[in-house]
Amino acid sequence: MTSPGLYVHIPLCLAKCGYCNFYSIAAPELAPRFAPAIIGEMAFYKNAFRNFDTVYFGGGTPSVLPASSIDEILNAAHKMFDIDRHAEITLEANPGDLSLEYLRSLYSMGINRLNIGVQSFDDAILKFLGRRHTSKEALSSFDKACRAGFDNIGIDLIYAVHGQDIQLWQWTLKTAASLMPEHLSCYQLTLEPGTPLHLHYRQDGIKEPDDDESLAFFTTTSLVLAQHGYDHYEVSNFSLSPSWRSRHNMKYWEHVPYLGLGPSAHSFSGKKRWWNIANAREYITEIVRSRTVVSQSEELSTEQLALEALFLGLRTKDGIDPAIYKAKYGTVLLNEKRKPIDELMKNNLLEIKEGRLRPTLAGMAVADSLALI
Amino acid sequence: MENIRNFSIIAHIDHGKSTLADRLIQFTGVSNERNFQDQILDNLDIERERGITIKSNAISLPYQAKDGKNYTLNLIDTPGHVDFSYEVSRSLASCEGVLLLIDAAQGVQAQTLANLYLAMEHNLEIIPVINKIDLPAADIDRVLAEIDSELGLDPDTHIRASAKEGIGMEEILEAIVERIPAPTGSDNRPLAALIFDAQYDSYRGTIIHCRIFDGTIKAGDIIRFMSSGAIYKVEEVGHFMLQRVKRDMLSAGEVGYIIAGVKTVSDVRTGDTITHHERPCPKPLPGFKEVKPVVFASIYPIASDDYQDLADSLEKYKLNDASFIYEKDSSAALGQGFRCGFLGLLHLDIVQERIEREFHLSIILSVPSVRYRFTLKDGREIYVDNPTHYPDPMSIDKGEEPYIRASMMLPERYLGVVMKLCMEKRGVNSNMNYTGPGRVELSYEMPLAEVIFDFYDRFKSVTQGYGSFDYDMIDYRESNLVLMDILVNGEKVDALSQIVHRERARARALIACERLKDEIPRQMYKIAIQGAIGGEIIARTTISAFRKDVTAKCYGGDITRKRKLLEKQKEGKKRMKMIGQVSIPQSAFLAVLKSDND
Repeated sequence: MTSPGLYVHIPLCLAKCGYCNFYSIAAPELAPRFAPAIIGEMAFYKNAFRNFDTVYFGGGTPSVLPASSIDEILNAAHKMFDIDRHAEITLEANPGDLSLEYLRSLYSMGINRLNIGVQSFDDAILKFLGRRHTSKEALSSFDKACRAGFDNIGIDLIYAVHGQDIQLWQWTLKTAASLMPEHLSCYQLTLEPGTPLHLHYRQDGIKEPDDDESLAFFTTTSLVLAQHGYDHYEVSNFSLSPSWRSRHNMKYWEHVPYLGLGPSAHSFSGKKRWWNIANAREYITEIVRSRTVVSQSEELSTEQLALEALFLGLRTKDGIDPAIYKAKYGTVLLNEKRKPIDELMKNNLLEIKEGRLRPTLAGMAVADSLALI
Repeated sequence: MENIRNFSIIAHIDHGKSTLADRLIQFTGVSNERNFQDQILDNLDIERERGITIKSNAISLPYQAKDGKNYTLNLIDTPGHVDFSYEVSRSLASCEGVLLLIDAAQGVQAQTLANLYLAMEHNLEIIPVINKIDLPAADIDRVLAEIDSELGLDPDTHIRASAKEGIGMEEILEAIVERIPAPTGSDNRPLAALIFDAQYDSYRGTIIHCRIFDGTIKAGDIIRFMSSGAIYKVEEVGHFMLQRVKRDMLSAGEVGYIIAGVKTVSDVRTGDTITHHERPCPKPLPGFKEVKPVVFASIYPIASDDYQDLADSLEKYKLNDASFIYEKDSSAALGQGFRCGFLGLLHLDIVQERIEREFHLSIILSVPSVRYRFTLKDGREIYVDNPTHYPDPMSIDKGEEPYIRASMMLPERYLGVVMKLCMEKRGVNSNMNYTGPGRVELSYEMPLAEVIFDFYDRFKSVTQGYGSFDYDMIDYRESNLVLMDILVNGEKVDALSQIVHRERARARALIACERLKDEIPRQMYKIAIQGAIGGEIIARTTISAFRKDVTAKCYGGDITRKRKLLEKQKEGKKRMKMIGQVSIPQSAFLAVLKSDND
């Protein structure tokens, strides 16, 4: 699994959700100029990357682009980079935008994985989050995706939202699981400063869930989905079997290189990270003038790479292979960090299984701190 | 020499000493309003913030008196806290007279008396100045009665002033000229100069502040410090104006500075005598002594990489503080550090703050201790000021702790609460007498350990600031002592160990545990904090674990953001001490040292 991944960021939305802090703008009129710009950027990397085995259209809302635009981008990528025949090609979609016809054209052009931003099956929660779709539309979009031929579908859900207790969340989880999507992403609501929802919480004095409540949601999610056959393979990600894991997202956690195209997209070469300007209009203009759209970059020291590998690896069920870690970063974890690791094992947060250092479920819940050993 | 006057201002804390000094400086024209920074002599930030003078300081004021002659009035500022009485005594030894400043509203206080006695010991001319006469609460008649009855001075000799309003400045300056004797001494006799302070200047090395009693000194002279025998060549001499002003020579009677390339800071001791190497004075000036610290604590750098920097900064700090002593020390939990001796808890506070502020080091202090005496079963007698060196309990025949006599002055209405406080602090043999209507002088014999911990703060609080307090060491008395340890997650934190009276152990341990609980951040697992005597746990608290700490989404762009956050947290962790697997912030160590009711 060392082939790089290709990410295409489509920062366009019909409307911005209250909790979103990704770079996106509600400017669908830019859509026609978008594909050419992305393809323009792609050309910069023609000789730098090859053999992608995953492609991921994320956003924003990629599904606001006409199918023809996506097709253009995909075709260009095939020409420039030799994309693997069996590549996983994902598109993030918004339930409200999906017609059967649109889904069929996506499927026919080679998109083989659909990730639907359902977020909730409760209309009050959807409204609170500022989503444009209803739970009925969510169910119908899933049905259409199946009919269009998709056999690898992911659903995104959000939990610990104001007004949502554990019972309501369990019901949402069970509804989702009854559809048997191959993949589920369940994110605890994160209030990012600067988002309308953050302001809403502050102004109305809404309390965020405390430590114990957050943990209860987290644990319940894992247990309920386990009962339905889902494997909790990353902090917020579940799949029906290891083969249905998001191969593209695994690259982030396994420190595999990826190329990000589009405004604000991030890239990683294995040693260096860089990211594009977070402004769609400027991005398009610069590409037209054949100028770089890279906003900033950083060369990572071995120490920084080692820290990244640790906190990313410990987010996943499979954890870290100490032998590979040593080969890559020179640190013998089980010697140099023996004492803290022992203490964490004693407290049932880490375990060594099949030669790998892995977080337990309780450990996954505090994965960020685990990396501070 | 007839035109020189050397004087000091002595006062109880807050009676307006620094303000008066500033006003005299302004009045004599050394500084004008525009470049005037309040409280010029309090050079250190910490002095201005706390409103107390820690360092001695000097300034020469030019003054044309009513007799038409021009005088040089050397004002030697003295430290204003009971912890610094030796520095005060060396400054006073450099003067012929003092202004005894008394607050018109508060009247005579404990330190007014203590300072007066010091001035009398040096046979100084005393000019009582009643300050703050502009205050609505000023009660000049009462103060005059106190000057007569409590100080035994002639009330007719007083001057009324308000340093804040600039009232009485000329009267004060005239009194200095008329009443304080000119210095005696001879330029022809061998050099005898008293060091009353020294400061480190990173460009010039040690700046020695001194008073010339006999002889003269100029650049090029070869001088000797009589206590250490060290020899130097004088590079520069001069006076203190607002800055140093270079002069060709300093003569008998004058106050000024000497720069002599002194780099070895420990060669300068406050109270030492400087003389000429070739033509020394027959004996040193009287009064030199090695000051004896009464409170001991260890200092450790938070980052062990900072050990050498800490060593350097202590060496530099020591130059400006002759009463601070230190030696190497090491702790199982905290690594390499220094065991330090202080004159009191305020002194300790100041050292800690200055090391952190001026040398930009983060340090941890161990719990302060007094010096205990143990008689062992084999008959040996040992002194222990460091809990790490506590003898094997099985080998101890007898433990003793130092006692002091506390002298307190307070309005009668606080008598009840103060007596209760003193008894709580194991005070015995009380003595009481009325020094005036409604005023009581109270004395108790108390263990020093009780006094250094939180007595002073609580005393001030129960007397609402009206009480004054001073103490003298008396003797060692037998005491039921134990070594109390603090364990964090089962690991002993030796910097938090304390030698305490057995009856006090449980309460102390509980306070320490509670404070640590408040200051140690929650970690990934539950942490027990325990107080123990030997193997017996006498107090316990727990810090519950945090159970959720993970970013929900972590994809392409989130990684850099998250890594930077973790890097910051790792940096933060470096500023904490690892005890076993628990990171303890500096604030936790400091919290344990704080007095009981902060």
